[in-house]
Amino acid sequence: MLWHALSLQLGYNATLVAIGATLLGLSCGAAGTFLFLRKRALVSDAISHATLPGVAIAFLVMVALGGDGRWLPGLLIGSALSAWAGLWVLNRFVARTRLSEDAAIGAVLSVFFGFGVVLLTVIQSLGTGRQAGLEGFLLGSTAGMLYQDALIIAGGGVLTLLALLLIRRPMLAVSFDPDYAAARGVPVARVDMAMMVLVMCVTVVGLKIVGLILIVALLIIPSVTARFWSEQADRVVLLAAAAGGLSGYVGAAISASAPNLPTGPIIVLVSFALFVLSLLLAPGRGVLASVLGQMAFRREVHLRQGLLALAQNQPVYEPLTRRLLRRAGLTRADGVATEAGQAQAAKALRDEARWQIARADPAHDSIAVLYDGLRAIETVLTPDQIAEIDRRIGAPQAVTP
Amino acid sequence: MPLTLASRDGATPVAEDLTRAPLSVRGLTVAYAEKPAVFSVDMTIAPGRMTAIIGPNGAGKSTLLKACLGIIPRVSGQVQIFGQSLEAARGRLAYVPQRASIDWDFPARVIDVVLMGLSRELGLLRRVRASHRDRALACLDRVGMRDFAERQIGQLSGGQQQRVFLARALVQEADLYLLDEPFAGVDAATEKAIISVLKDLRAQGRTVVVVHHDLATVPEYFDDVFLIATRKIAEGSVDTTFTADNLQTAYGGRLAMAQLDRVAG
Repeated sequence: MLWHALSLQLGYNATLVAIGATLLGLSCGAAGTFLFLRKRALVSDAISHATLPGVAIAFLVMVALGGDGRWLPGLLIGSALSAWAGLWVLNRFVARTRLSEDAAIGAVLSVFFGFGVVLLTVIQSLGTGRQAGLEGFLLGSTAGMLYQDALIIAGGGVLTLLALLLIRRPMLAVSFDPDYAAARGVPVARVDMAMMVLVMCVTVVGLKIVGLILIVALLIIPSVTARFWSEQADRVVLLAAAAGGLSGYVGAAISASAPNLPTGPIIVLVSFALFVLSLLLAPGRGVLASVLGQMAFRREVHLRQGLLALAQNQPVYEPLTRRLLRRAGLTRADGVATEAGQAQAAKALRDEARWQIARADPAHDSIAVLYDGLRAIETVLTPDQIAEIDRRIGAPQAVTP
Repeated sequence: MPLTLASRDGATPVAEDLTRAPLSVRGLTVAYAEKPAVFSVDMTIAPGRMTAIIGPNGAGKSTLLKACLGIIPRVSGQVQIFGQSLEAARGRLAYVPQRASIDWDFPARVIDVVLMGLSRELGLLRRVRASHRDRALACLDRVGMRDFAERQIGQLSGGQQQRVFLARALVQEADLYLLDEPFAGVDAATEKAIISVLKDLRAQGRTVVVVHHDLATVPEYFDDVFLIATRKIAEGSVDTTFTADNLQTAYGGRLAMAQLDRVAG
C-alpha cells in the first residue's frame, strides 16, 4: 500500500497532494535555511500565526460580496495581507521599543492568532453553511484538494524557489555579517524584508497542506537537519530543500496509504525522523561521532600525561591514566613501565623538552602557538631543526624503570 | 644538561600541608574542541598571599581559572580547595569574572547585584534583611561605590561596573578570591581602588589569585607569580620566579628583549 502511494498509484487526489507536498517541502526547506542562518527562525512562527485573521476576514468579505467564501486564491491573498501586517507590527516593536525580538514574536503571534480564532467562532455562528473547512487551515487538510489548489501551491512553490535562487547571495551575506554587508552597499533592511516575504509566501502556500500551526516545523527542521551534513552555506540550503522535499513526498504518501492519517502532521513527523537520524549519525557534527571523538581525545591526553609521569619517575594518580597505560601494554600490573613503556616515555619527555626549547626561541615564534601538549614536534619542525634542538639538549637520557 | 621540565604532569606527590593549600591543582588538562588550552598543569597557591597568573594571549590563563571553578569541564586532573573538593568548598571561594558578557539592560540596581553574592546564605526562601543590606552597602563603600547603590547597572562606566562585581565577591567574605583580568580596560582610579581592596584582603589573611596581563605592575602588586603557556612554565615568589629567563620561556618571541629587561631587569 505504501509502495503504491510512493509510486503515485493511489489515485488522482493522492498524486496531487504528493506533488504539492514535495514542492512545498522543497521551498520551505530552502527558505527556512536562510531564516535559520539569520538566527530568526521563530519569526516564521509569528508570520504563520498572523495569517489566521486574514483567512477569516477574506472569507467574510467574499461571502459579503456574494461569492463563495472558500475560494482558495482569495483566502490566500487575505492570509498574506494579515501576515504582512503581523510582520510590520513585529518590526515596529523591535525597532521602536526596547522589546527584544523573542518577546515581540510572542506578543504578535498570540494576539493575531487569538483574534483569528475569535473571527472563526463568529463565522461558525453565522450559520450560512458555507463556512466549513476554514479550521482546515490550522493543521492543513488535503482531503478535498482541487486541481486548481494544487496548481496554486506548485506555482507558488516554484516562484519562491526562483526568487531564493536570485537573491541567495545578498541573503547569505546579510546572515553572515550584516555590518560588512551594509558597508559593501547591500541594503540590509530590504534584504531582511525580502527574506521575510519569501518565508511569508511559502507559509501562505503551505496553509492548505500543512496548516499554519505546523508550517514552522517544515521551515526549521529541514535546515537544522541539513546543517549536520555540511559546513558550506549553499550546500546546507540544497540539503535542506532535499530534506524538506523528501519529507513532503514520503509524508504525503504515508498519509495516503491509510485512512484518517492527517497529511501535515505526518509530513512533520517524517522530517523529524530525518532530523533524528542526522543528529545521531552525521559525521563530524553528529552525536555519535562527537562522543567517539571525545573519548579518543581523552585517551590520548591521559596516555600522554601518564607517559610523561613515567619518564619523570612520578607515581600516576588518576585511575583512568593507570588503566589506559596498562591496557596499552606500557606498564605492568604493578604500575612499573614495560620496555615499550620506557621507550615511549623517554620519547615523550624528549619531545616535551624539545618543545620547551623551541617555544622559548624567538626564531620559532610562529610554531609556539601550535603547542598544545599533544602535537608531535615532527609535524612543525624539519628533521634538521630538531637535530639542532637536540644538540642543545644533549645526549638522549635513559629512563630508569 | 639533564632533561627537566617545569611541569610534573599530574604526579606531584602531595605533602600533608600542601593538601590544605587554598587552591591546589594536579595534572589539569582542559580542551576546547579537542585542542588542549591547558595541558597537564600543576599549581599550588600559597595561603595569605597575592598570586598573579600570567602568560601570553591564548596561554590558558582564564581557562585555568574557569576549570578550577568548574565553569568549564576538565579532560583530566584534580582540583582541591583548602584540601576539599570544589563542591565542598564552594562557600569559601569568590569569583570575579572577566568583564562579563551580561545583559547590561537587565533590571538590576547596583545593590541588587551585590546582594547576589549572598545567594548561598539566603538560600531559596530567607528574606533579605536590613543586616544583609548593610553588609552589601559596606562592601560598596570599600570599593568606593556606595553612592551608586540605587543606579541601574547599565548606567555605570566600565570601571565602576568592575568595582560592583568586586563588591559582590567581597560580600561573600570568602577565604579565596579568584579574579579574571580585573584591570582590563578600567581607568586608573578603579585600578587603584581595586588593588587597595585586594591588599586589605591579604592583610586579613585571605588568599587572592588574579589573572593578570600587565607585566609592568607585577612586582608592585603581587607576592607570587604563576607563569603559564599551555603548560606551567614556573611558579614561586616574584623575586625568584619573575625573571627574564622564565618570561622568555613563556612568551617566546612575543615579548621584545627590551621589554624583558625593563620588566624583570
